[in-house]
Amino acid sequence: MNGEAPALSVRSLRKRFGGLVATDIATLDVQRGSIHALIGPNGAGKSTFIAQVTGTLKSDSGEIRVAGRRIDSLPAHRRVMMGLARSFQTTTLCPDLTVFRMMALATHRTDPAAGSRWRRASTNKARIERTEQLLHLGDLNQIADKRVADLSYGQQRELEICLALALEPQLLLLDEPLAGLGPSESERVLTRISTLRGTMTVLLVEHDLRAVFRAADRISVLVSGRILVEGDEKTIRASDEARRAYLGASD
Amino acid sequence: MLLVEQCLNAIQFGLVLFLISAGLTLVFGIMDVINLTHGTLYMIGAFVAATVARTTNSFLLAIAAAVAAIAVLAAVLEAGIIRRIFGRDHMSQVLATFAVVLVMNDAARMIWGPEQLLVKTPQLLSGAVTLFPGFGYSAYRLMIIAVGVAAALLLYVLIEHSRYGQLVRASASNPEMARMMGTNVDRLFAVVFVIGGMLAALAGALLAPIFAVQIGMGDDVLIMAFVTIVIGGLGSVRGAFIGSLIVAAFDTFGRAALPPLLRGVLPPNVASLVGPMLSSISIYVVMAGVLLWKPQGLFPVRA
Amino acid sequence: MEAAGTLSGTGVMVRTRHAGRAVWAVVVICAIAFPWIADFYGFSFYISVATRALAYGIAAVGLNLVLGYGGMGSLGHAAFLGLGAYASAILSTEISNAGAPDWLASVPVIWLAALAVTLIFALLVGALSLRTRGAYFIMITLAFAQMIYFVFISFTRYGGEDGLRAPGHLSLLGLDLGDEKTLYLVALVCAIGAELAVQRLLDSGYGEALIATRESEPRVTALGYSTYRIKLFAFVAGAMLAGLGGAILTELTQFVSPSVMSWQNSGNLMVMVILGGVGRPVAGLIGAIVYILLQELLSTWTEYWSVPLGIFLLVLILFSRTGLSGLLSWRRAS
Repeated sequence: MNGEAPALSVRSLRKRFGGLVATDIATLDVQRGSIHALIGPNGAGKSTFIAQVTGTLKSDSGEIRVAGRRIDSLPAHRRVMMGLARSFQTTTLCPDLTVFRMMALATHRTDPAAGSRWRRASTNKARIERTEQLLHLGDLNQIADKRVADLSYGQQRELEICLALALEPQLLLLDEPLAGLGPSESERVLTRISTLRGTMTVLLVEHDLRAVFRAADRISVLVSGRILVEGDEKTIRASDEARRAYLGASD
Repeated sequence: MLLVEQCLNAIQFGLVLFLISAGLTLVFGIMDVINLTHGTLYMIGAFVAATVARTTNSFLLAIAAAVAAIAVLAAVLEAGIIRRIFGRDHMSQVLATFAVVLVMNDAARMIWGPEQLLVKTPQLLSGAVTLFPGFGYSAYRLMIIAVGVAAALLLYVLIEHSRYGQLVRASASNPEMARMMGTNVDRLFAVVFVIGGMLAALAGALLAPIFAVQIGMGDDVLIMAFVTIVIGGLGSVRGAFIGSLIVAAFDTFGRAALPPLLRGVLPPNVASLVGPMLSSISIYVVMAGVLLWKPQGLFPVRA
Repeated sequence: MEAAGTLSGTGVMVRTRHAGRAVWAVVVICAIAFPWIADFYGFSFYISVATRALAYGIAAVGLNLVLGYGGMGSLGHAAFLGLGAYASAILSTEISNAGAPDWLASVPVIWLAALAVTLIFALLVGALSLRTRGAYFIMITLAFAQMIYFVFISFTRYGGEDGLRAPGHLSLLGLDLGDEKTLYLVALVCAIGAELAVQRLLDSGYGEALIATRESEPRVTALGYSTYRIKLFAFVAGAMLAGLGGAILTELTQFVSPSVMSWQNSGNLMVMVILGGVGRPVAGLIGAIVYILLQELLSTWTEYWSVPLGIFLLVLILFSRTGLSGLLSWRRAS
């Protein structure tokens, strides 16, 4: 995979809110097919960074490239069509829709016939089949007809991730996918994430350090908007800076 | 001299508009309730004042009666209806308050009839005051300015420097947090609603001798008040104040200055068409402009 | 609206769907027969009331699309009703003044022109307003509507505040819309067509995205849709329906005045939609018909008919969450 542009490439990304520096990242590269984690204490700027990459927040300056192509001037929805997908930290699903209808919304990205804007959705066989296929991949068929509001928290989080995967992205941004999940559910999600290695690139923003150390190839530590240290698990564990800023005095 | 007169007119209008908008912005800001009834409170205040003034010839009594009557009416409204629609979606609030307006407008028509009610300015203030040599201004309007300034100052002191005002501001910027900190936000809201209504009634009573007192006078005022609080920022009394002055300035000067200005520049038949048109829409253009520049108004309050 | 994908409807669902369709068929037949029924029983006056209700109903269908399904609180919808009404009146006036051939003063030309005018204005207003959200969107649509209102008040060439008389009735494929039964049937066809068109629009990839946008805009954006364009399309479509309603109104009353685009009338439209049940099928038509019928009936009892009307609305909104169409439907919309 050498010689190809990194899946995500960030240069000199800056964002201020009044006097507060929210983001000040000189360099960040995420290699294709890898699972890259972004960790940092609360308020480090992780959510701001995700917002800038996905396009919901405008940066003050800097360049963001996905697979070599600049995306920082594109609106958020256009970046999705270029291969970027994300899951949200807080559930942003549509409470009154069924799981099926939510998944059906994702079909347009990959299958024009299924996602056709104007064909009758209730009789569009391509759409229905593709949706059932996507649900099957996410193991969501049993709950297909349930309203999102009636799902358990864990099921909602699963749906979040499956929706992002349904877009068949090149770069998948996961914003604290394990937040609020119990141990067995976390395990399942973590395993699923690990299987993505090689087929797509994953940028994982997480708090759960054990999970991060298990799943990630490379880890960047974000503190006060800046990348403090970057490397594999050993490098991070060995880094005094990281320990001081993030892990606290006792590990 | 014309300029000074127009300035004073603008200030007078702005202060009255502030009296009306202050309550509206707090209700919208604190409880997130779209309250279309505010205009009818203004109207009924004017009617009560007019009736009392005509029968007792006492202007002071008229104002007191108007404010008291609306205090009661507002309290009843709040307890009976507003409290029930708080927390529901904006559309339900629109429908409910719209329904109340329907009822109150026709009820007012039942009581006072469809005709205009004429009120004479009180004897004491019916003359002109010579502000400086060669320039006299209506004493009554000066009184309105005085009352308006006094009320604005009072509100300012109350809101910025009293504990109560502090609670109101906190609730306006973050009601959930305020509730968690133990503030009885519901009772606070009831008080704000009633006081806001009383201010609107005061405005209606003060304007009764100058403007026509008739059914429907609340509608146009309501729209202006909404424009004002949007420009100023929902929930901000300071914003309501500045917004009122801005709206009043554009409206007054727009009506006074635009037509002659345009007549100087455009052919007369075009000017006579475009002049009044532009002056009546000027405040909406300003509002649209402000929103496109500062989407949350000039002094946004919500976190 | 059945959930897409449950083509495997259970027997119960299929039977319910058939029963529902039968009811609607009966309703439509009654509606078509209404003018003759009215004649027979001596309340022919109500034919024009019904036509007015249908005209407002079409506008309400449009507003239901914008507000109910699109989640956009547009408090300026009556402006588009008025634009359609005025465009129709002004164009017919100019055509008859210019002594142009009669076929120009026909529905296809005039009403299409009214739709075109509404489309242009709606694009302008929508493109600007949709850069804001929530309460601010409500206010800015209101502002634009007020601007349009005041423009027509000052437009003395076309009557200004006093309004404008239409030069005469239009013709449609040889039919004279001056006959009140004919106009009623045309309005009925338009109303049914409008509702069917909107429901068909909602049953598509676009429609599902619109409804999802109403529920969670960030999610839909993250799925790759331009929510701005989605909302703009609905806004313009809803506005055009209002324009059609306005054109029918002008045809009915042979008169148009700026009051038809006042914010109070926008409030009326909103009340109709909310009354019918925001975001539910047929809400616009039901709401408009009930509201206008109520006004007519109540006004025969008392001069102050707004009081019982207002009380009725209050009771409804305080004690029901779904509006009339929710109360009436015995089949849970999914």
